[in-house]
Amino acid sequence: MADLSIDFAGIKAPNPFWLASAPPTNSGYQVMKAFDAGWGGAVWKTLGVPVVNVSSRYGAINYRDTRMAGFNNIELITDRPLADNLKEIEEVKKYFPDHAVIASLMVESKAEWEQIIKDVENAGADGIELNFGCPHGMCERGMGSAVGQEPEVLKTIVGWVMEAANIPVITKLSPNISHITDPGLAAVQGGTDAISLINTIKSIVGIDLDSYAPYPIVDGKGTNGGYCGPAVKPIAMHMLKDLAKHPEIGKVPISGIGGIETWRDVVEFILLGATSVQVCTAVMHYGFGIVREMEAGLQKFMNDKGYNTIYDFAGKALPNVTEWKHLNLKHKVVADINEEKCIGCELCYIACDDGAHQAIALPENGENRVPSIIEKNCVGCNLCSLVCPVEGCITMVKKDDGTEHMTWHERTEAGTIPTTFNDKLAGGLGHYVPEPKLALKNKNGHKNGS
Amino acid sequence: MAEYKKPKNESEFNQNFAQKKPLMNDTEAYYESSRCLFCYDAPCMNACPTHIDIPLFIKQIHTDNVEGAAATIYDANWFGNACGKVCPTGMLCEGACVYNHQNVPPIDIGRLQNYATDKVIREKTKLFKEGESNGRKVAVVGAGPAGLACACELKTMGYEVDVYEAKSKPSGLTVHGVAPYKITNEEVLAEMDYLQEQLNYTIHYNHPVNADEINKMINKYDAIFLGVGLGATAKRGLPGEEKEGVVGAVEFIEELRMNHSDKSVGDKVVVIGGGNTAMDAASGSARLGASEVTLAYRNSKEKMGAYDFEYDLALHAGVKGLFNATPLEIIGNGSVSGVRFIRTKEENGKLTEVQGSEFTIACDQVIMATGQAKQTQLFQQIEGLKLDDKNRLVVNEAYQCTHPKFFAGGDAVNGGAEVVNAAYHGKIAAQGIDNWLNNK
Repeated sequence: MADLSIDFAGIKAPNPFWLASAPPTNSGYQVMKAFDAGWGGAVWKTLGVPVVNVSSRYGAINYRDTRMAGFNNIELITDRPLADNLKEIEEVKKYFPDHAVIASLMVESKAEWEQIIKDVENAGADGIELNFGCPHGMCERGMGSAVGQEPEVLKTIVGWVMEAANIPVITKLSPNISHITDPGLAAVQGGTDAISLINTIKSIVGIDLDSYAPYPIVDGKGTNGGYCGPAVKPIAMHMLKDLAKHPEIGKVPISGIGGIETWRDVVEFILLGATSVQVCTAVMHYGFGIVREMEAGLQKFMNDKGYNTIYDFAGKALPNVTEWKHLNLKHKVVADINEEKCIGCELCYIACDDGAHQAIALPENGENRVPSIIEKNCVGCNLCSLVCPVEGCITMVKKDDGTEHMTWHERTEAGTIPTTFNDKLAGGLGHYVPEPKLALKNKNGHKNGS
Repeated sequence: MAEYKKPKNESEFNQNFAQKKPLMNDTEAYYESSRCLFCYDAPCMNACPTHIDIPLFIKQIHTDNVEGAAATIYDANWFGNACGKVCPTGMLCEGACVYNHQNVPPIDIGRLQNYATDKVIREKTKLFKEGESNGRKVAVVGAGPAGLACACELKTMGYEVDVYEAKSKPSGLTVHGVAPYKITNEEVLAEMDYLQEQLNYTIHYNHPVNADEINKMINKYDAIFLGVGLGATAKRGLPGEEKEGVVGAVEFIEELRMNHSDKSVGDKVVVIGGGNTAMDAASGSARLGASEVTLAYRNSKEKMGAYDFEYDLALHAGVKGLFNATPLEIIGNGSVSGVRFIRTKEENGKLTEVQGSEFTIACDQVIMATGQAKQTQLFQQIEGLKLDDKNRLVVNEAYQCTHPKFFAGGDAVNGGAEVVNAAYHGKIAAQGIDNWLNNK
């Protein structure tokens, strides 16, 4: 069995699975239940001056048969008095001394920061997370993402906190910004011990077609929410990568957040440099028990690969994430359809013909519905293999022999890139494109989905 | 053996004849519709005799445009609701679903179709409009699927339509001849009302027309559509066929559909035949509480005309299959007391009787599911109509008969097939009538 325990900027936990600061960490009852279910840490629902919340609070994107593929909320920080929360933190730590309890904080003045830090330290919190991410409600009052979007302000507040705090400090960043490295660097320069990201993304998940109000609807009106859930994972991983690859920011530990639901998500975040992960939506969807799958999967992955701790593979994908200009232009793959596996839906055909490069042909007799690849037209874009509903039916086969290597960067250096509008060096010069009028010739070309 | 007790009232009848394709609820429809791959040149659509744009209506259900889904269905098939329930979907759209090639259950297309059409019928959503009157008049003989599909289509184009129907209810075999567990009378008639309320064709019920009357229509109408179907169960010339307790399968099912739990059945029933109607009659007898039902077919199980799933349904109802047995005589003193059979075997591709292998099965009811008679006599008396060697009406691609004023569709043309085939014929014939009258 691999050792899943972590030491995250001095915060120790039996495993890297933490609950993100959110509704599932609203109370001692929930956090104790979570620890009992197997979670290694919990970032408490953000503490500060208690708020007044609205009803309703959540909206969702359902995609085909999947509920809550994306999720948004307009709930604010804790609406419970600080004293109640502190008492419960103390009690949780009594029952679970080896689990990580991190207090998420959001206040305004320096004096408030100093006071609340002292309070949570006295209650026994193992660390502090600064909520500079909340993009709804709190930001209208100059807190949350309003801070996360102003690197200078963020740096100042991190400075105040670092002066006052005796326990590790994690700065939580907002993704609602052009360059995540700006607030990331400000946090590091302010002295933060660690970073966590992403907080939620400003969003409108839908409009009610009768009342014309955005979800979630509060008495006929709505407001932007914070978007999260599986749909945001790609955005989160990209930002995590930007921070982890940064020469200065990358030196502090990063807790990854954003759409994590399965062991696979966990491993991917760790491969991109995260050394703890935080989860909310998956728990709001399935309950604390979802951690069983994450733990079992992570254990198996580490066992299969021979890793003893997560630090053995943390960041291992980072060297392979590069800039476009360093990709090998000589690499060539072509789609291959396995006739045995093909079920004849012909989605690959229509996707390629309408959405890509007209490189798939239908069988001429029409009896057998298995399409075929026109290899000379195939640019190796992957689209057919992505739309194919059958596992392993369309694969991308490597066609180059691996001996040649030429990148855009290298071509730029060598002066062999196209530079004029009709440049003979255009990559698609001479590539097959059907005559425009052929589009109207075959009326069957619009069957279904025209 | 008996799986079912005799139903004493409507509620027990409904239990014994529980719907094989129950109505989907919203959640089921949402999840089932999410599975559709939206195939290109979709095989399901090509397998549907009426070519309903199935991927489109499934997508419409999934995006909560259920009315739009119903409109897509009715655009291709006026019997959209009935067909969702009574079509042998496993042999048609669902049989063609590409998921079958992956050993994944095909999309439940029939029930999705039913879900969409049931909603508009129940909510009386207006989807159709009579066309502006073109002053032309068409007679439709027979209010079955072919006739009414033709009437509906003609009304949308502005024709005045008179439908003549021998019975007191519309839809032909849909309400009279389909096994009750496939569709309820209420469901059938609700769709018929839904169509008629919007399209306002006239149906003259209890109005059987003879050849004389039809010939007179030639001068009274611009065109005449013959959707007369087939006749009663054909006499087979079997000794004892006239005995009390011997009934035709079509007649048996019609009584069953009209009288429900009031329909009586023998205690021991022998059904003779191997087609789908035989399966319905056998299954129906068992569900009515017969203690023994024997389905006797002269050839092997593999040679039966019935779909496998229909035979399975009968087996599940407690029916016993008897193969390679041909009836020699129905015995009994006045009323039936048994059927004498002789064994058969196939020799050089020919079915022969095995000498000395006679045996008797005791029973008090015999149901003859040996095919319906053709309307040959009627057709022969109508001017200019030609029949093929199987006594089916000869029509061209537009379903126009050899007399140009006559068009025809359904069982009279194909010799007996599904509701969906008839509904398609009627629709195409209506377009044929319009084209012909307008020299298109």
